[in-house]
Amino acid sequence: MTRSAAPGMAVAGAILVASLLAAFAIGHYPVSLADVFHVLAAKITGHAPDVSPVVENVIWQVRGPRVIAAVLVGAALAVAGTAFQGLFRNPLVSPDILGASSGAALGAVLGIYFSLGIFAIQGLAFVGGLVAVAAVYLIGSMVRARDPILVLVLTGVVVGAFLGAGVGLVKYLADPYNQLPAMTFWLLGSLAATSVADLMPLFGPVAIGTLVLIALRWRMNVMSLPEEEARALGVPTGPLRIAIVAAATLVTSASVATAGVIGWIGLVVPHLARTLVGPDFARLIPAAALLGGGFLLAIDTLARSTAVIEIPLGILTAVVGTPFFIWLLASVSKTWS
Amino acid sequence: MILAGHDLSIGYSDRLVGQHLDVTLATGEVLALLGPNGGGKTTLLKTLLGLLAPRAGEVRLDAKALGSYPSPARARLIAYVPQSHVATFAFTVETIVLMGRTAHGGLFSAPTAADRAIAARALERFGVGHLRERPYTMISGGERQLVLLARALAQEPQFIVLDEPTASLDFGNQGKVMHEIRALAAAGHGVLFTTHDPNHALRAADRAYLLRDGTRIAEGATEAVLGREQLEALYGAPVEIVFDSRAGRKAFLPG
Repeated sequence: MTRSAAPGMAVAGAILVASLLAAFAIGHYPVSLADVFHVLAAKITGHAPDVSPVVENVIWQVRGPRVIAAVLVGAALAVAGTAFQGLFRNPLVSPDILGASSGAALGAVLGIYFSLGIFAIQGLAFVGGLVAVAAVYLIGSMVRARDPILVLVLTGVVVGAFLGAGVGLVKYLADPYNQLPAMTFWLLGSLAATSVADLMPLFGPVAIGTLVLIALRWRMNVMSLPEEEARALGVPTGPLRIAIVAAATLVTSASVATAGVIGWIGLVVPHLARTLVGPDFARLIPAAALLGGGFLLAIDTLARSTAVIEIPLGILTAVVGTPFFIWLLASVSKTWS
Repeated sequence: MILAGHDLSIGYSDRLVGQHLDVTLATGEVLALLGPNGGGKTTLLKTLLGLLAPRAGEVRLDAKALGSYPSPARARLIAYVPQSHVATFAFTVETIVLMGRTAHGGLFSAPTAADRAIAARALERFGVGHLRERPYTMISGGERQLVLLARALAQEPQFIVLDEPTASLDFGNQGKVMHEIRALAAAGHGVLFTTHDPNHALRAADRAYLLRDGTRIAEGATEAVLGREQLEALYGAPVEIVFDSRAGRKAFLPG
């Protein structure tokens, strides 16, 4: 890591740590920062913490799973957004560009429509995301064009709109008193129902996809050049594109299956990470993961603590993300012009 | 080593651009590819680079078909210098040059200290070592062209193929790039470049290849091939020729 990247990485890490402390402390049962430190330190050193069992229970049992899920989902969306922005050489791309979110949404509303259990709903959402992107890729590669990237993006937009119509149809047919609110809530994104059992199905795909992307970090730098230039530099762009799309889709589908549709993180966080550590994917992917985790954790803490009812995450990220993105456009657009 | 196209038909699945083209380029020599817009220069360039499969015929590196090389192996032999462009992301100049080292490392590798040393030498070689830490998006067009030349050199290839290396450069930088092309050939590289200016071919190339409507009009030693009649036939426009008797040089003027 060069001198210029270390401070940026430290800022990203500090934001995550601050979000973690706040997330453990804030809530309907407030915990002092000192107690949070005691409990976390005790976990690391293996001693028994000298706080009440209630506090320990709140931190590990009540808030723990949700905090971990928020960090994982935020990191996943930011990493996937980073990968897709590089792959499509376009800083306005988000992880759902190839229909992963629309596919997952259709899977989830179908699961709710057929009154399936929560794990079946999440499984359908996960599979829906993967199938949607695979379909986009197959259709896109059947079209013989000079610019495969453009065809892929256009196919993603069209298939996404088609799946959106499917979601609309299922919502229209759904029972308006029980199923429709559940669908709407899911589509707006939430971590309210997160339990320990959700963590492994989330962690596994996110870890695998992220590791693949980190392994391909240098190839991803080269792939962000024009197609023919990347090929002339010795990069087999076709197979690598499939690997990167698969890894980013795995990560996106797992997080959408757990938390519903949460926009903005995958669009905004990669930009922020790029201003902190530059465009080199070797640093950009870890920085985006730290920032995305910290950002969504902060949003989720707001979501469960500012109002009497839970605020859907998709709404909060949009409310925070829109002015933030406009500020970003105005102040740092030179870094990706 | 010899890069050669034999009886090539070039083009895309829906459009044939040129037919019956034979081209050879040996290491240590410079070949200039001239012709009007839409005549097939870029298509021929991409075919010789292995980026576009020939519709018929074969491109060979010595005795072996270019298509049989895996892409990293091909990139270690032939480098491509595209027309200088603005990148989407603000990579540093050093990172751009290090991308030339990609084909020398494994699929999951990143550049090593040795790669950095090679990149630094390539930048110094073209006199742009001081730009190392600058964003590639924030340097001038002439500097970008030199950085892309440095990247091609860092690739350590036998052949370097340049697409209109002087387009969009000022007069001084055009001369500098011509000079560097000669130097690359003197260092043993085979160099192929396209240009819209026959004077650049006179200046830097050993041989010239005249391509119009996908057909070879003439090919041979630059001095012999580049005359008034050939250029008028090539471009379909009048050409004037001027001599400097003291330097023993000629140059062409359009119109």
